[in-house]
Amino acid sequence: METAKKRMLTGNKAMAEAISQEMERDSNVFVLGEDIGKYGGIFGSTQGLIEKFGPERVLDTPISETAFIGAAIGAAAEGMRPIAELMFVDFFGVCMDQIYNHMAKIPYMSGGNVKLPMVLMTAVGGGYRDAGQHSQTLYAAFAHMPGMKVVAPSNPYDLKGMMVSAIRDDNPVVFMFHKSLQGLGWMEQLDVAVDNVPEESYTVPLNKAKVVREGKDVTIVGIQMMTHYAVEAAERLAKDGIEAEVIDLRSLAPIDKGTIIESVKKTHRLLVVDEDYLSYGMTAEVSAIVAEEAFFEMEAPISRLAIPDVPIPYSGVLEDFVIPGPNKIYEQVKKMMDEA
Amino acid sequence: MTMFEEKQPAVSMEKMEWMYEQMVKIRYYEDQMAEAYMEGKTPVFNIGAGTVPGEMHLATGQEPAAVGICVHLTKDDTVTAPHRPHHHAIAKGVDLKKMTAEIFGKETGLGKGKGGHMHLFDPEVKFSCGGIVGAGIPHAVGAAMTSKMKGKDWVAVAFIGEGAANAGAFHESLNLAAVWNLPLIVVVEDNSYGISVAKKASTSVESNDLRASAYGIAGAYVKDNDPIAMYKAAEEAVARARNGQGPTIIEIETYRYLGHFQGDPELYRDQTEVPGLRQLDPLNKLRKMLAESENISEADLETMEKRAKQEVDEAYQFARDSSYPDPESALKDVFHP
Ligand SMILES: Cc1ncc(C[n+]2csc(CCOP(=O)(O)OP(=O)(O)O)c2C)c(N)n1
Ligand SMILES: [Mg+2]
Repeated sequence: METAKKRMLTGNKAMAEAISQEMERDSNVFVLGEDIGKYGGIFGSTQGLIEKFGPERVLDTPISETAFIGAAIGAAAEGMRPIAELMFVDFFGVCMDQIYNHMAKIPYMSGGNVKLPMVLMTAVGGGYRDAGQHSQTLYAAFAHMPGMKVVAPSNPYDLKGMMVSAIRDDNPVVFMFHKSLQGLGWMEQLDVAVDNVPEESYTVPLNKAKVVREGKDVTIVGIQMMTHYAVEAAERLAKDGIEAEVIDLRSLAPIDKGTIIESVKKTHRLLVVDEDYLSYGMTAEVSAIVAEEAFFEMEAPISRLAIPDVPIPYSGVLEDFVIPGPNKIYEQVKKMMDEA
Repeated sequence: MTMFEEKQPAVSMEKMEWMYEQMVKIRYYEDQMAEAYMEGKTPVFNIGAGTVPGEMHLATGQEPAAVGICVHLTKDDTVTAPHRPHHHAIAKGVDLKKMTAEIFGKETGLGKGKGGHMHLFDPEVKFSCGGIVGAGIPHAVGAAMTSKMKGKDWVAVAFIGEGAANAGAFHESLNLAAVWNLPLIVVVEDNSYGISVAKKASTSVESNDLRASAYGIAGAYVKDNDPIAMYKAAEEAVARARNGQGPTIIEIETYRYLGHFQGDPELYRDQTEVPGLRQLDPLNKLRKMLAESENISEADLETMEKRAKQEVDEAYQFARDSSYPDPESALKDVFHP
C-alpha cells in the first residue's frame, strides 16, 4: 500500500501553480489584470507570480478593462499567450465588446487565419453577501455566444489541470473560478476548496463533464458550488434510500452531452441545478439536450433549480432564498421521486 | 470675521461649523461601522458572516472631499458616489437611519435590504452610488442634462477615486459634458491607491485636474486633504456650473487610513504610511482652527460633537432594532407593478 502523504493545495494555489509552470515552459505566457502583482490577485490566483517572473510578465493594470483585455487580444494575435484577469465576472459590462465582438469572433471572421491563444480568467459566484454587482456567475451569458470555450472547474485538481489546458489551447478560453472554492483565508472555509494536487504538470480536458457520485435513481447536473451542494444533498437522499448520480459539468462550452445522456439513460430522472439565472440558462440548455436526445428515456418531468430571475440581493435572508443550496436540492429530488 | 491669513477669503462661520459637524459625524459613523463589521467575524474572519457581511469600504480620512463640496449643494443637486460612499451620503443628507438599516440588511433600509453598503439610493436627496468603478459619472451627466433641459440651476456632482479616472466612462462622460456644456463636477479623491495599485503606476499624469485641458474644461487641484481649500475650489466649480459655464474636474489629495476594504492585509504599503498620514488629520486641524476662533467656544464644539454622535448612535440603534426582510420579498421590486 502506498502511504505517501498527499500534497494538498487550495484552489487559488492550484491555479497559481498552473500559471507559474506554464510561464516557465513558454516565455510567451504572461498575466495582466488589476491587483494581480503584489496583491497576488484579489482571489489569490496569481499569488507568488510577480516575485518569480517580475513586473514585465505579471502586469498590474489601471482600472481600464477595455484597454487591457483588448490589449491581450492584440498580443495574442501576435503570437503571445496572455492570461487576462477580469477581477469579478460582473465587471464584464465595461469590456464586453472586446470579449464577444473581438476575442470570440476574430478567429472565425478571419476564416481561421488568426489565432487568439488567450485565457480570460474571472471570479464568479455569490453567497457571501456582496450583492447584485459582485455576486453573479453569468455562466450562460458567456456560454451563449459562440467563439469562446467557457469552463468552470469546481476543485483544486481541476483548477490546475484545466488552467494548463486553457493556456495551451489555441482558442480563447473564459476560465471562471468560483470565489468560494479558492480556499481563501477570509472566506468561509470549505473542505472542498482543498484537494490533492500533484506538483508535476498535468492537463484536464476542457470538454468533459465528470460523474462525481454514482447513483441509479436520479441524475443531478451541477457546476462549481452547485455540484458540491448536489453531493451534499445526495448523501442525505441516500439515507432515505434514494441513490442520486451527480455530474459536475465542468465545461459550459463545449458542453459534454454524452456524459449527461448516458447518465439519464440509467436513472431516467433529471434535476439541473445552477447558480445563474433560471431563464435562458444552463438548466434550460441541459434540459433541452435531454429532451431532444433522451426524451423517451425519462420517467418524470425534468426539473430545474436556479436563481429565480432576480438580481442577487444583499441581505443574507434574501440571498439564501434565491441561491439554491443542499436543502432545496434534497427537497426537489424528494418531490420528484414522490410524484413518480 | 475671518480667522484666516489675509490672502484667504473668508468662509462663513456657519459653513465652517457645518463642515466640522459633518466630518465628526462621518468619522464616528465609519468608526462604528468598522466595529459593527467585526461582530461575528472573530476569531475567524469570514467576509460573509456577522452583523454586517460582504465587502466594506470605509472613508475614514477622506471626509474633506465630501463636506467641502456638499456644503454648497441643496436637495435639488445630484450626487453620485462610488463603492466607498458613506462620507458622500452623509454630507448629502441621506437618511442616516435608513442608510444604516440598509447596510445591516434590514427591511427598513433604503433598498429594503436588497442593495447593501455599495448600493445606496435615496431619491429624496438625489443620492446614489454603485459598485462598478466609474459607472456613476455618466449618471451625473444625465442629471446635469436634466437640469439643463428643465432650465434649472441644479448641478450634478460625481465623486470618484483616482483609480476611476482611468476608466473609459470617465473620459467619455467628461467629453460629453463638455460638448453639451453641462453643470457637472467630477470630484476625484486621490487616496494614492486603487486597491493595491499606486496612482503613479496607473495614471499617466501627475493629477487628474490636468486632464481637464483635454476636454476644454476647468480643472482645480486641492492639496493636503484640506477642507477649506476644498470648500473654495468647490465654491468656484458650483458657481460655474450654476451659471451655465460648464463642467469642472476637482482633484483632492486625500488619505485612506484603512485598507481598501476591511480585512485588506495591506501588504502593498509601508507600515509607517498611515501613522504619518494620521498626523496630518484634517478633522484635528479643523477643530484646532475652530477652537482658536473667538466666535466659538470649547462648549460649542462639544455640543456639535455630541449632536453628531447622537445622530449616528440613533441610526445604528434603528438598524439593530429593525427586522430582516421576509425571504420571499427577494422576488419583489424587479419591476414596478
Ligand atoms: C469596472 C470595475 N473594475 C474593477 C473594479 C474593482 N475595484 C473596486 S474598487 C477598485 C479600486 C478603485 O480605486 P479608486 O477609484 O482609486 O477608489 P478608492 O477605492 O481608492 O476609493 C477596484 C479596482 C470594479 N468595482 N469595477
Ligand atoms: Mg483611490
